[in-house]
Amino acid sequence: MITTKTNTPVEVLEAVVIRFVGDSGDGMQLTGNQFTDTSAMFGNDIATFPNYPSEIRAPQGSLYGVSGFQVHIGSVEVSTPGDEVDLLVAMNPAGLKTNLYAVKPGHTIIVDSDSFTKKNLEKAFYETNPLEDESLENYRVIQVSMTSLTKEALKNVEGLDNKSITRSKNMFSLGMVYWMYHREKDYTLDFFNKKFKTKPHLIEANTKVLNAGYYYAETLELIPNSYTISPAKMNPGTYRIIGGNTATAWGLLAAAEKSGFELFLGSYPITPATDILHELVKHKHFGVKAFQAEDEIAGVCSAIGASFAGDLAVTTTSGPGLALKGEAIGLAMMTELPLVIINVQRGGPSTGLPTKTEQSDLLQAMYGRNGESPVIVIAASTPANCFNFAFEAARLSLEHMTPVILLTDGYIANGSAPWKVKSIAEMPEIKNNKITKVKENWHPYDRNKDTLARNWAIPGTAGLEHRIGGLEKDSVTGNISYEPENHEKMTNTRAEKINLVKNNIPELKTEFAETGDLLVIGWGGTYGSLHSAVKQLNKEGFDTIGLAHFNYINPLPKNTKEVLSKFKKIIVCELNSGQFITILKSNFNKFDYYQFNKIQGLPFANNELIQEFKKLVN
Amino acid sequence: METAVKKYTFKDFTSDQEVRWCPGCDDYVILRAMQKALPEMGVKKEDVVFISGIGCSSRFPYYMNTYGMHSIHGRAPGIASGVKLANPNLSVWVMTGDGDSMAIGGNHFIHVLRRNIDLNIVMFNNEIYGLTKGQFSPTSLIGQKTKSSPYGNTQPPFSPGELALGAGARFFARIGGNVPKEMTQLFIEAEKFKGTSLIEVLQNCVIFNDGCYTKFTDKAVKEDKQIYLEHGKPMIFGKNRDKGLILNGLKLEVVTIGENNITQEDLLVHNAKEKDPTMHQMLVRLEYPIATGIIRSFEDVTLEERENALTKQVKENSKFKKTDDLFFAGETYEVK
Repeated sequence: MITTKTNTPVEVLEAVVIRFVGDSGDGMQLTGNQFTDTSAMFGNDIATFPNYPSEIRAPQGSLYGVSGFQVHIGSVEVSTPGDEVDLLVAMNPAGLKTNLYAVKPGHTIIVDSDSFTKKNLEKAFYETNPLEDESLENYRVIQVSMTSLTKEALKNVEGLDNKSITRSKNMFSLGMVYWMYHREKDYTLDFFNKKFKTKPHLIEANTKVLNAGYYYAETLELIPNSYTISPAKMNPGTYRIIGGNTATAWGLLAAAEKSGFELFLGSYPITPATDILHELVKHKHFGVKAFQAEDEIAGVCSAIGASFAGDLAVTTTSGPGLALKGEAIGLAMMTELPLVIINVQRGGPSTGLPTKTEQSDLLQAMYGRNGESPVIVIAASTPANCFNFAFEAARLSLEHMTPVILLTDGYIANGSAPWKVKSIAEMPEIKNNKITKVKENWHPYDRNKDTLARNWAIPGTAGLEHRIGGLEKDSVTGNISYEPENHEKMTNTRAEKINLVKNNIPELKTEFAETGDLLVIGWGGTYGSLHSAVKQLNKEGFDTIGLAHFNYINPLPKNTKEVLSKFKKIIVCELNSGQFITILKSNFNKFDYYQFNKIQGLPFANNELIQEFKKLVN
Repeated sequence: METAVKKYTFKDFTSDQEVRWCPGCDDYVILRAMQKALPEMGVKKEDVVFISGIGCSSRFPYYMNTYGMHSIHGRAPGIASGVKLANPNLSVWVMTGDGDSMAIGGNHFIHVLRRNIDLNIVMFNNEIYGLTKGQFSPTSLIGQKTKSSPYGNTQPPFSPGELALGAGARFFARIGGNVPKEMTQLFIEAEKFKGTSLIEVLQNCVIFNDGCYTKFTDKAVKEDKQIYLEHGKPMIFGKNRDKGLILNGLKLEVVTIGENNITQEDLLVHNAKEKDPTMHQMLVRLEYPIATGIIRSFEDVTLEERENALTKQVKENSKFKKTDDLFFAGETYEVK
């Protein structure tokens, strides 16, 4: 065993999950992000997940005002933010109370013991002080008088009020965690210099507190071990930590630049999709036109207008908003205009669980419109690949002249992970169906014979003036038609147009086993959970379990049936009561499907998946 | 490069589609007035876009040989806003009715007026639902018997002008459905106006609400019952041009020139360009005479002007020219 100069033993770990919790005002998101970025620079693989209170300014010390940030770092591949935590840093009793359930027995909890006052204990509904009774005896609790030590460290710094002093105690905890996990402080020190450029006293204060925490941990005998997590093996390149919603926004920026269209966003704020709007409004330098509309309907309608006028048009929302947009999406489908609809799913129905994750809008995305109204439906599966699938949604909508619904969810939208930065040059080409020259006998619904996409004449183009709308139109002229046979023909054409998209999307891949006893099927944001569960089983010797994860849902990849037929059993895992399985059954009814569903507003936990899969192969 | 705008006639704006409004409907007047107004506007045909919602009025785009979209009920202002923001070069028209704009589309209607995007809205107000065959609308009168109010309507109506001015409309005009010349001129003025312009057409529905405006619009009475307002001119009306408006306390009062020592000098002078809409509100509320013509025309900064100015400023100050500049900037790290 290696030892440090203070003779603390150093343990080498493959991965570790740390959760920072405290009051909303304690700066836990910042602390977590600093630890994340520092670990990323060090070369670990990472997944994070924030947990904010829904209240904007919850009362101090209250249970529902606890803000948390979880980070999973590894020298091995990390695909989820983790289920249980190895280290909990709790800045107050409420944080401890609401997060203790997640700590692995025998593992470490660091608390700011100064915050365990009678008043705070009462606010957290503790009858006795958990630091003094036996309730924490199964954990390794490190009590630190963080508030007083922070004050002590800052006693000679000029120009600080009490509030700034108390607010910097999060840096004390970060300093301690940096020491425990052998992290360099440089990145964070540099961050202080940038952030507080005009406030040198704050640079000094934060630096002092971070160092104080670091050296306190080093000398503290209560900390039995320190740990190292070596850099992970990752493909060489430039990386950054990116959140799912930012990745989605950036994918759209890339698609606009690649396709040569200007980007228009029509949106209305809704949790958890609003951060995409927040991100895109910043990018006026790329000519992004982001329009905050008066409601969800005006959001999608303005996007339809912008698409008609020749922009790459997008609307962003979550479940309830998708319901409101339904009629307008039908119009975009009927007028065959390109339109990207992004639904960051949250717990439903109705207002449901706005801050929790779920996959329960799949059937709404597929069928939530009047009449037969097929659109392309795709789903991102990790925070980082939100970039690829936002780009893909734009590509497919422009190439096929159709609305595309991209499903993400609160879990991947708010989570973050390393993203190997994509240069625009690496992104695939995006074609379009624009027509700029007058042709003889031209009609607005003339179609590309391979894709059935109609040609796109944009206002401002002389000689191609035409009218479109929600009424059924003649298959040749595009004029209004109520002819029975024409309606059937047009209905079939619109369906076939979406079906043909299968020629323009990749085939379904299986991981871990190409053929075998059990095929685990998932779609969208559960990829990380399913991947790590199947991977673990594979390591344990269950090498006949394969994973097929779907990103393309309508249409399904061409080889779907072939993949399904290679396994004895199939289990479809979803965070709903069985929506994708309904689609699979209606397409491929010869197979026997098992299903595993969870509707708790939470992602799958590793152990529950493993248990379930083992039952099916034993 | 600006190419010269070709000289069009109304025929250039007439599509090949058969017009299917009821015989005698004022919608024909509006259609022809628009087809005659467009050649006078100095806009290229390919730059004109008509967006409509649902209702009799919303069939309009099919009859215009321009770009157009017959969209969904009440949402035309949203779609038109997107069209205009995407390409500010276009001349964008919303064709709507009283139900489309003030019932199902009420929210979009007030917000489009608030934002002041440079587009034009023509509202066909016939105080009834025509396409669904005769239910009361948000402008139907109390007591009005319709298919959905057989014993008389109990819901008080909106006054479109008041609603519009309350929502911040910068341009509001009102015109009878039977005066094509004046209507043509109003369309031209609306297009010239920089900002959202709203024209309310008092449109007679011959089938379900015939004669609802006769007492103001009939040729025999119109000069006595309407005051046609013109900016900078005295508020005078009547067949004999002997009636006018003065302000009495906080109310408008009708006076007769020659009576009680009233001369034309005593009449109010119409100032459509006044920022304060108080007088415009009083004018739209007036029941005798009813005010027609351009009641308000206050030029203000448009949404797209504000947006363009911001975009220009951000572009000038930004180090990001391409997405690569953004993606590779800031907190990146290298894995070797």
